[in-house]
Amino acid sequence: MGEDRVETLNRTQNPREWLATVLVWGAATLVTAIFSWLLGDILWHGLSHISWAFLTAPPENAGRRGGIGPILVSTALILGVCLAVSLPIGIGTAILLAEFTSAQSLFGRVTRRSLDVLAGVPSIVVGLFGNAFFCKALGLGFSILSGGLTLACMVLPILIRSTEEGFRAVPVSYRLSAASLGLSRTTTLLHLLLPAAVPSLLVGLVLGIGRAIAETAALIFTSGYVDRMPESLLDSGRALSIHIFDLSMNVSGGDANAYASSLVLVVLLLAINGTASWLANYGLHRKIVTI
Amino acid sequence: MTPSSSNTSFRWPSDRLLLWLLHGAASIAGAIVILIAAFLILEALPVLRHISPLRFFTDSSWHPAEGLYKLTPMLWGTLLAMAGSVLIATPLGIFSAVFCHYYAPQALARPYRRLIELLAGIPSVVYGFWGLVVLVPLIGEIHPPGPSLLAGILILTIMILPTIALMADASLANVPQHYLRGAAALGLPRGAAIRGVVLPAAKSGLFTGVILETGRAIGETMAILMVCGNVVQTPSSIFDPIRTLTANIALEMAYALGDHRAALFVSGLVLMTMIIALTIAAEWISRGRR
Repeated sequence: MGEDRVETLNRTQNPREWLATVLVWGAATLVTAIFSWLLGDILWHGLSHISWAFLTAPPENAGRRGGIGPILVSTALILGVCLAVSLPIGIGTAILLAEFTSAQSLFGRVTRRSLDVLAGVPSIVVGLFGNAFFCKALGLGFSILSGGLTLACMVLPILIRSTEEGFRAVPVSYRLSAASLGLSRTTTLLHLLLPAAVPSLLVGLVLGIGRAIAETAALIFTSGYVDRMPESLLDSGRALSIHIFDLSMNVSGGDANAYASSLVLVVLLLAINGTASWLANYGLHRKIVTI
Repeated sequence: MTPSSSNTSFRWPSDRLLLWLLHGAASIAGAIVILIAAFLILEALPVLRHISPLRFFTDSSWHPAEGLYKLTPMLWGTLLAMAGSVLIATPLGIFSAVFCHYYAPQALARPYRRLIELLAGIPSVVYGFWGLVVLVPLIGEIHPPGPSLLAGILILTIMILPTIALMADASLANVPQHYLRGAAALGLPRGAAIRGVVLPAAKSGLFTGVILETGRAIGETMAILMVCGNVVQTPSSIFDPIRTLTANIALEMAYALGDHRAALFVSGLVLMTMIIALTIAAEWISRGRR
């Protein structure tokens, strides 16, 4: 934005104009100040505790001492389950919605509407559902598998929306040329459309990962609290966000490690968001075509 | 704009298989919401079957162990925290979008927008933790005890601010440039042009943003749980501790059994109904835009 900005008169001697300018600048300053306070606080208190040992050691004394090694492993496993399930379903749905259903078709409309609702469902409610469905009805218990599957439900709308946009952005001429050459729809999709849509698929993927590792409420009663090193996907595993919650609420004297864990989580998320916006700015400008 | 759906037939076996697989994936994705609603209702049924829904409002207190299921204090907690944060975050968010588009020097607008995007990505548990160790003690000094409705409102405000700011930013970007040129040609100063021309033109996008942030405020759990004190009571002042519907689920789900557990699923249903109502409202507004 802003390349051909319209310059309006800036009459600050007029009291109402002066007030507007003060309010707008004041709001921006306030937002910046709060953000710096929050990040600065976490950086200031967390940085001194971060070390290689902290990242790899198991927690001791309910997390007051020791590190977050097993917790990082559990977090990665939950994320892995989440992506292994949500990626195929998400990409498949996005392809169907973008390529093979018209805007008026009932199936497309219903699917899209239900995904819109799903995107808004509070994470604690998804957690309730995960507990009732994955833990109890399917008998998976409090486990990394239940947690990952619950997260997959939450990540799908983001993943689908971004991937669908990627497919819609591929020029119609690609499909027409492929059809005139007699290529099958499958070939067209795999060799022509999919490579062209990869950048926005990646943006969706990265945003989905961000949403998944930030999530806490949906995991409390699906993947559980156990902070040991998980031995299988059916073990309970504590995600990093739950570790922070537990340390700050239930463990007195856990603040130092809670700060350090928060810093790890924030740095992970900043890296993820940075990747997403880099992909969006850089990757989306050039369409990669391989055949 | 799907040129492919009817022009060419699906001659190849691989194409039919593909279409079949895609329909399978989309059916699963579309069925999740229905499954969520179905399981909420299923798990809530045990209590709904022998208790009239009215009792969630008329019981004397929330003591599930003794069969008393009054949800109103928690409902008030949710509504008050939501109303307070939406009231503060909406003007702040709109001002900050206006800042990006019309007031900030070019060199400042981009980094400021990135900052808001970063804020949107910070997990709620980190906001909650910061609120717990920084904000709550501060409020405690002004007016004990500290964990309070006020702390909840402030933390929620910070959390939903990026939602409204980014939505407002996008809808301001969609206002045609010639509107503003016209205003400038009439000699309107900047503030008046924005108030009188730009904001009315961006109205429906702004309303959608308000609805989205309201949804986030209702559904937020962790941050609220960490700063609000979680006392089941209808607050009489802004410094009173409160418990929201979401926090109640998170706190009691771990040990709830039988009717108690079912009552928590009822509050899940209440939350889900609120969100569906908001989604319908958003749909209705965006349809009016077209």
